[in-house]
Amino acid sequence: MIEVLYFAWVRERIGIHRERIETGATTVAELVEELSGREDRYAAAFEDRRALRVAIDQELTDFNASLKGAREVAFFPPMTGG
Amino acid sequence: MTVRVDPARFDPGAELNAFSGGVGNAGAVVSFTGVVRDVEGSLSAMEIEHYPGMTEKAIATIVDEARSRWSLADVLVIHRYGRLEAGEMIMMVATASRHRVDAFQAAEFLMDYLKSRAPFWKKELKRAGAEWVEARDEDEKALDRW
Repeated sequence: MIEVLYFAWVRERIGIHRERIETGATTVAELVEELSGREDRYAAAFEDRRALRVAIDQELTDFNASLKGAREVAFFPPMTGG
Repeated sequence: MTVRVDPARFDPGAELNAFSGGVGNAGAVVSFTGVVRDVEGSLSAMEIEHYPGMTEKAIATIVDEARSRWSLADVLVIHRYGRLEAGEMIMMVATASRHRVDAFQAAEFLMDYLKSRAPFWKKELKRAGAEWVEARDEDEKALDRW
């Protein structure tokens, strides 16, 4: 089981803040494929990957990253703090 | 080092006095305060979302990096989240060092990194509707100079 979190407009498009997922995906990209195939709202949120950032266990990473041992994966747009 | 991620309002003057009073014989204190802009009178408020847990870790990593690059006596970072009205303080950074160059450069470094590497997202609540603030290419390029 993996905890998947969504923030900002990704959260709004998918309609939930977090969910627990049973997945066979071994990389972030595979997880995105799996989710996008699930429902239109996921496909809409993941449509343009260049507009997305991903973190595994609260560390920024990229879509090729392995999910091995990952507890938490988060998807969000580029950050706008400060 | 003090890092505070908190929805509550803060008083930048009081924060700066307390920070300056605790830096011993550091001769330089630099501070930056970010304020919610009222863009041509059209912005009524701002909503800031963040990633609890990752936010604190990301800021601590950024502060550690600043401390490894410059000689700093102390660092303060305050960042709010939740709903903020135009004119309210969003965030504050203060640095203290023996000489001013370290304090100035570290404060700029912290601001550049907080802007695009700390997981905060701003949504502008305008009279015409709500809009997520888009990250700008300049913000990403600003990191290259470090």
